[in-house]
Amino acid sequence: MKFFEKLMSIDRRVIFLFVGVALIVPLFLDIEQTIEITPEVQTLYDAFMELPPGSKVLMAFDYDPPSAPELQPQAITGLRLCFDRNLKVIIIGLWPMGPMQANLALETVFSEENYFDKEPIYGVDYVNLGYSPGNELVIQRMGSSIPATFPRDFRGTSIEEIPLMRGIVNFSNFDYVFNLSAGYPGTVEWVQFAVDRFHARMGAANTAVQAPLVYPYIGTGQLTGLSGGMKGAAEFEKLTGFIGKGTKFMLSQSFAHMIVVFFIIIGNLAYFVTRGREEKKTG
Amino acid sequence: MRRQVPLLLTAIVGFVYIIQFFVPHKPFNIIEHLFTDWILIIAACAIWLGVLNLLKLSSEKVYKRAKDWPYALVIICGFFMITVAGFFFSGGRAFQESGTAFDYIYVNIFTPLSATMFALLAFFVASASYRAFRARTFEATLLLLAGFFVMLGRVPVGDLMTSWLPQGYRLSDLAGWIMMVPNMAGQRAIMIGIALGIMSTSLRVILGIERTITGGE
Repeated sequence: MKFFEKLMSIDRRVIFLFVGVALIVPLFLDIEQTIEITPEVQTLYDAFMELPPGSKVLMAFDYDPPSAPELQPQAITGLRLCFDRNLKVIIIGLWPMGPMQANLALETVFSEENYFDKEPIYGVDYVNLGYSPGNELVIQRMGSSIPATFPRDFRGTSIEEIPLMRGIVNFSNFDYVFNLSAGYPGTVEWVQFAVDRFHARMGAANTAVQAPLVYPYIGTGQLTGLSGGMKGAAEFEKLTGFIGKGTKFMLSQSFAHMIVVFFIIIGNLAYFVTRGREEKKTG
Repeated sequence: MRRQVPLLLTAIVGFVYIIQFFVPHKPFNIIEHLFTDWILIIAACAIWLGVLNLLKLSSEKVYKRAKDWPYALVIICGFFMITVAGFFFSGGRAFQESGTAFDYIYVNIFTPLSATMFALLAFFVASASYRAFRARTFEATLLLLAGFFVMLGRVPVGDLMTSWLPQGYRLSDLAGWIMMVPNMAGQRAIMIGIALGIMSTSLRVILGIERTITGGE
């Protein structure tokens, strides 16, 4: 009896130890995993693939380093997909750290062998307009005038001097919007303002915690696709054919989920056994 | 005056935003652009206000040697370190560019520290799931089962465990169904509820019925 009572109240440090081992050990293992593609990630990928070369993609980096393990692989995959398909990328951030995360993602992409000879040109193939405070009102203002909202890029260059920004006035000049979001302001605000108000075509990458909140927008077609969490990153990588950190870290996530499920089963088993005995005692 | 002016401003801005949504033409669109620009400027100023407030509170804490004052000292030092690095040690480039002092601090100090803080969640979620996910009631059992299937179905191991089942009946399919049907229905209900709440509260604020924003009863 004591055994099940002990199982009911395992010290949290024991659980921490199991989770730590489950997260760290798989990083050193090389086990092949079968990653099934979900419809929402497939439609996100298809939306990118439907864009003709030269199309303009607005990428909004609305996250910071804490969410980077989930969103950075998706940002890298998205950027690589755009550059491989010769799509033009315009980067902005509603989070102060967003444009920094974009620069880090660009650095990772350009460090790959593929881009040694044909690195995309800043101002022609891509541009980083930086961060603007104001949350969803930034999106609203972009709907009427992007030059008024972002008069300079993150380096301080006037956007009139940036070739890629010539002729871009509002959302009607973008062929696709790809939002990487970890909370507020993020995908919900982009859908409410850019999609509903200004009819932008949009897909999103979200953290696993936030993804369930934006599922209704897939059902209605307001989002063309959604990549959620590390699993979404792994699926996105599989579709693009480049295996990055999203796929690599899935093994750790698999083990961690199994540990959590294991402890939930143990907790419930102990709960039912001890409850049954207590009921017998009380008659 | 201190209450009437903010209420009047709120009413004017609120009505302009409502009208320009349905009539996006002159003069409403021009006024709306003007108001949005003002709000963006105020938002930028609010960042400075927040920074100054944080510094004031932290300085007071250090000065009075209040509880946990060393942490406040770390905030002040961190703030000045990254500000000085950004303003004076960027070598003529934008402070966010690769190779600047700001970038070095961001990549090597800020990123690992904030990622570590967030990573702790994994441990606490595991511990909390073990304690909270008990099938005590019917509703708790439903939540437990949904969590159980989604957790396993969202990782490749879920499919591996049910690979003997035909396509469409595996754990990932079940997790997908939970996300696309019950989750979506629940989220829609919550969204509609929140939207109705926001609309009614906004109307109360715009019409001046809700006065708590100005410190009134």
